[in-house]
Amino acid sequence: MTVFEVFRQERKGQPFAHAGSVEAPDASFAETWAREQYGRRGESAALWLVPRETIHAVTDWADEFDLKYRRVDGYSIKARLKEARERAGTAAPDVG
Amino acid sequence: MSERARLLLTLADDELILGWRDSEWTGIAPTLEEDVAFSSIAQNEIGHARALYELAAGDLETDADSLAFDRPPGEYRCAPLVELRLVDDWAHTIARRYLYEEADRVRIEALKQSDDPQLAGLAAKIDREEVYHRMHAELWASRLRDEPRFAAAVEELWPYALGILEPAQRAELARRIGRPAEPAHAHKRGAHTPELEPLWAEMTEVRRSAPGAQW
Repeated sequence: MTVFEVFRQERKGQPFAHAGSVEAPDASFAETWAREQYGRRGESAALWLVPRETIHAVTDWADEFDLKYRRVDGYSIKARLKEARERAGTAAPDVG
Repeated sequence: MSERARLLLTLADDELILGWRDSEWTGIAPTLEEDVAFSSIAQNEIGHARALYELAAGDLETDADSLAFDRPPGEYRCAPLVELRLVDDWAHTIARRYLYEEADRVRIEALKQSDDPQLAGLAAKIDREEVYHRMHAELWASRLRDEPRFAAAVEELWPYALGILEPAQRAELARRIGRPAEPAHAHKRGAHTPELEPLWAEMTEVRRSAPGAQW
């Protein structure tokens, strides 16, 4: 049996998102079962079935020198923003 | 009863009873994925039965639930094929699904050509879902083709499959399955197997426990 990861596109043109998986002896059974589980109620425009073993996964991240300035999350400005708001006398925008 | 109501009840009873039989596999199918798929197909068949009963109910001035649950077992018009209790024999179960889908395809094709726009419309709607059922049945049938238990099950159920159809439609089924057309020994609709009554008793048990209740 092979595990197929199922990616689902909700509407044409949208990106595919991981939906779950099916375990099947081959791609045709995977297709039949995935159709039942992820496509029968009009919830998908398309499915991708990818054998899990063909996925090249990357999970380890070297950050030996703690080079924060190179990370996309950048510096934390939360505390400085709070101070600035207090000085200006404005509240944080409601993002609810 | 009109010819149309009789036809609708025949189709509806087949779909309801087969849907009921197939749903006996829920929780015990060979694999988890198949369990989900098989249960979904069983539920679709019951959905088709509901649509057919609703159309018949308009003609007979009753409602779909009464037609599905309030008739005595002798008045059901289902064919012997769908009545058989096949759990826990997967080879027979798949053989029945495969034979039923092929037989059903022959009569749905004919109904789609009907002059009655309601019948033709409903047949076309049902057919859109049956496409998935056939894909499932054909996949299993092709996978099990060389498996002796499956071949024996098809052999045994073939006369029952012929009984789904009117005599004039049986040659077409034989052609699709690749078997000689020998309709003489078909297990025809009309007489019921002893397996229908216990199924009926269980299926109608809750409804009979509170006659006339609004659910």
